Amino acid sequence: MAKLPPYTTTGERIWHYAFRFICGLIFLFLILPVLIVLPLSFNVEPYFSFTPGMLSLDPEAFSLRWYKDIFRNGMAAPDAPFDMAWLADTWNNAQWMRAIRNSFFIGICATLLSTALGTLAAIGLSRSEMPYRRLVMSILISPMIVPLVITAAGMFFFYSKIQLSQTYLGVIMAHAVLGTPFVIITVTATLVGFDKSLVRAANSLGAGPIQTFFKVQMPLIIPGVISGGLFAFITSFDEVVAVLFLASPEQRTIPRQMWSGIREQISPTILAVATLLVLLSIILLTVIELLRRRSERLRGITSS
Amino acid sequence: MSGLTKKIVALAGMSAFVAGNAVAADLTVVSWGGAYTKSQVEAYHKPWMAQSGHSIISEDYGGGIAEIKAQVESGNVTWDVVDVELSDAIRACDEGLLEEIDHSTLPAAPDGTPAVDDFLPGTLHDCAVANIVWSSVYVYDSSKVRNWNAPKTMGDFFNTDAYPGKRGMRKSPKVTMEFALIADGVPVSEVYDVLGTEEGIERAFAKLDTIKDDVIWWEAGAQPPQLLADGEVIFTTAWNGRVFNAVAAEDQSFEMVWDGQIYDLDLWVIPKGSKNVEAALDFVRFSTATEQLANQASWISYGPARASSVPLIGTYHDNAAINMADHMPTAPGNFANALQNDFEFWADNQDDLNERFNAWLAQ
Amino acid sequence: MDVSQPITAADGTPLKKKLAQAMFRSKLRATGLVVPLLAFVLASFVFPILALMWQGIHNDTFARLMPNLTEELRVWDGVSDPTEEMYALLVADLRQNRADKTIGKVASRVNQELAGTRSLFTSTARKAKKLEPPFKEALIKTKKKWGDIKVWQAMKLTNQSLTPGFYATSLDARYTVDQGFVMKEEKRQIYTKLFVRTLMISGSVMLLCLLLGYPVAYLLATLPLKYSNLLMIMVLLPFWTSLLVRTTAWIAILQSQGVVNDLLVWIGITGDESRFSLIYNMTGTIIAMTHILLPFMILPLYSVMKTIPPSYMRAARSLGATPTAAFIKVYMPQTVPGIGAGGLLVFILAIGYYITPALVGGQDGQLISNMIAYHMQKSLNWSLAAALGGLLLLGVLVLYWAYDRIIGIDNMKLG
Repeated sequence: MAKLPPYTTTGERIWHYAFRFICGLIFLFLILPVLIVLPLSFNVEPYFSFTPGMLSLDPEAFSLRWYKDIFRNGMAAPDAPFDMAWLADTWNNAQWMRAIRNSFFIGICATLLSTALGTLAAIGLSRSEMPYRRLVMSILISPMIVPLVITAAGMFFFYSKIQLSQTYLGVIMAHAVLGTPFVIITVTATLVGFDKSLVRAANSLGAGPIQTFFKVQMPLIIPGVISGGLFAFITSFDEVVAVLFLASPEQRTIPRQMWSGIREQISPTILAVATLLVLLSIILLTVIELLRRRSERLRGITSS
Repeated sequence: MSGLTKKIVALAGMSAFVAGNAVAADLTVVSWGGAYTKSQVEAYHKPWMAQSGHSIISEDYGGGIAEIKAQVESGNVTWDVVDVELSDAIRACDEGLLEEIDHSTLPAAPDGTPAVDDFLPGTLHDCAVANIVWSSVYVYDSSKVRNWNAPKTMGDFFNTDAYPGKRGMRKSPKVTMEFALIADGVPVSEVYDVLGTEEGIERAFAKLDTIKDDVIWWEAGAQPPQLLADGEVIFTTAWNGRVFNAVAAEDQSFEMVWDGQIYDLDLWVIPKGSKNVEAALDFVRFSTATEQLANQASWISYGPARASSVPLIGTYHDNAAINMADHMPTAPGNFANALQNDFEFWADNQDDLNERFNAWLAQ
Repeated sequence: MDVSQPITAADGTPLKKKLAQAMFRSKLRATGLVVPLLAFVLASFVFPILALMWQGIHNDTFARLMPNLTEELRVWDGVSDPTEEMYALLVADLRQNRADKTIGKVASRVNQELAGTRSLFTSTARKAKKLEPPFKEALIKTKKKWGDIKVWQAMKLTNQSLTPGFYATSLDARYTVDQGFVMKEEKRQIYTKLFVRTLMISGSVMLLCLLLGYPVAYLLATLPLKYSNLLMIMVLLPFWTSLLVRTTAWIAILQSQGVVNDLLVWIGITGDESRFSLIYNMTGTIIAMTHILLPFMILPLYSVMKTIPPSYMRAARSLGATPTAAFIKVYMPQTVPGIGAGGLLVFILAIGYYITPALVGGQDGQLISNMIAYHMQKSLNWSLAAALGGLLLLGVLVLYWAYDRIIGIDNMKLG
């Protein structure tokens, strides 16, 4: 940590450390809830609190039973020997497995749709020639701002009329709309630092517009596109209101399954799933961070 | 680009599985979840699947007709058979959301009594066939040592001086308002007459005011046993079958107070436009036969809706020492001071009382 | 070169025209890139919301299903006794609705206006086939209520398809045939209180976020990069973690048998029998929402603070300001844009919150969104849900407009 300059008074010193202590507490407030689910998910008892056994680190007090439950709950024959039939059974029948499959399927489809459309739009919006830029931008960002209940209610009626409610396509479309603002924001942010003279340079060296796009523009904005896509994916992966209104049980996703779990019976299985989701977000966060660094490095070379 | 290719491959794989899944599902049966759904799976679903060769997807929901309405009006009906409360069955039928069920096709009792005579009075409706009688009661945990006498009456539930602590109640005016009036001394036979007047409603709210600060509101049937087991509440209203299950299957020492119990029906309905009406009808007929209803009673303490099932009620599937008939809402020892839920009253006043109840909660 | 001659491009066309053409083409190209998404968003998002808003002022259930009676009700003055003809038309419509199995819809709609009329309609419709003229007498004989003018007034109100009634209800008023808008009695008022509570909870969450976010953002902005990047992860990880996970975690922490209460009992601050109620009430809602929205405050604050050169503070100090004075007079004013951006964003997101209050809000931690969902899914009074949503949306759009004016949407940043 940075050393304090020699001229600081005692009062300032005290404040300096007090301030760091306060910040430490706030960081604890931020991170603690995310981390507390980890140990609790290994609880052998069906409770949400630390048992004396857990506190004394007794190995007997920890177990993987809630993780097993993710695979077993809903299976036709959970106690059958572990073989291909067991795997097929859990894949097809376990409630959580269905939710996990749905979440990934819907999330990936919605991400592809919103990333493709959002990237194109962001490129258009970043051009100064774009007419009504401000108005268009505010419309395209609005899905992030409008309360989800209103969005979901509106979609519920409209999608019902055109036979899209209670279908995969309906949920995917809803999630794609909700994800596009994030794509636009991140891709626009990469384009802001984009040096236009590069395009002109490419053109003057004889590259056509399409070649320029793929060879010059694309590599520079790709980190923004990917992190926008990841944002869109996590938005869909985390979304529950639209699913509550639009999806039938067939399209039940992980958050939807957690929602009914929390409202009905809080079993530590939810904590086990939560732990897996925390791991997933750590992975995604790492990817985003690496992309950001790469993007900074690339632009650091090009624009200075 | 390899990432993208992987995605596409994964996507194709996914859609294949999703599609495969949709084909495999023959009948979607929707019920209230937890121990109740389990009893239906054991007593109805499994034997029916074995007999008919169809498969069943079992789904949970929280009651109400919103989903049925949405599906029927959007023309995309994915639920085939739904377990609903009586007032909801009547309302949905009036709104044209349900298939009609011909009572003459229901299976007769083993002794040949036709179904229409065998079902208890009031359990058959144009669009709905009852399977069980359930009841709302209140419960306490007798294992927790407290220095009070065991509660006996509905009045005790509202007595915060003798029984200090939090109470769980269902977040709905239905049952809650009746309980308040019974506790306030209204005889069960007059509850709905009193509740039909402005003074009666005021009286019920006034009684509820006395415990308002001590109430934790629950919404799903699985919550109250959990609240009680966690020690969040000292009393809670609950559905008798859920409590029984906590006692019989999870070894909880819960005691039910049957005084002022309010009993109601659960019925099978088939949303209009179901893609499997024939299979759905077959399932409804199968599951409401004498034997199946009696069978279900060995899994959960809800009373069968057919007279001929009653003598067949045996012991708990897991423990021959528990005689199920003693735990039914209709058992003589439990039935002394019982009230039947008035579906017509609630069909009429549900919207208004919900609004007032919500306003009261928000005060 | 002759100046009066327009400058021409290589192919002879005037340069001005050529430039305009090029300009037009690039405008077209930019628009062409945006159009697919714009069309998608308009069709699958904006239009459905507009249609929802329409439902808040328009409900034609009654007029559509009671076609015979509708004209007669429209001309009826609402106070004189209903005529025999009106009764006859009513019976005709009831019969038709009974045959079509739509009577429940009519009954539900009138019941929204006047409680206790659902069974009046459904049971009368069942008997409508056998009724003989004179219908007025016959109907009143079946159900006394048919003689009550209030039933007819309720029908006249529901007969009016384009109605301010649902918005009136959203503001705790009633729209009546004879007296116009009337406020509801105190004990029936709910929505205005709920709107106020929503604003108050959102305001508290915003202030708490500012209070907690400001020091953290300051620390992150002033620490050397290698430390701040590490600490930033502590901000971003919760941001990237599922809302449901975080809400579950708060339940585990705050419930009466949860981590915090266990700790307090263990320390001896409270007894085992008198644990604190930290969740399933407003406290739980505020704590969980503050946690969830805090990154939305920290990130804009951080990006503004990053741009403030530390030399300003040093200059202020060297000119004789105390550290406190330098901070308040020099540093804080420069962070106002960040405070505005973060505060508005948190406030906008907070007033539309649904999931967290629904799961941890108990009874006094519910927000207006929960009431909208209730009317959508439980009471099925969709027009009322739309009207409540309309008011909420109006509030959000005003704030959004303010955000765009003051901060600019372009400046929105994520992580």
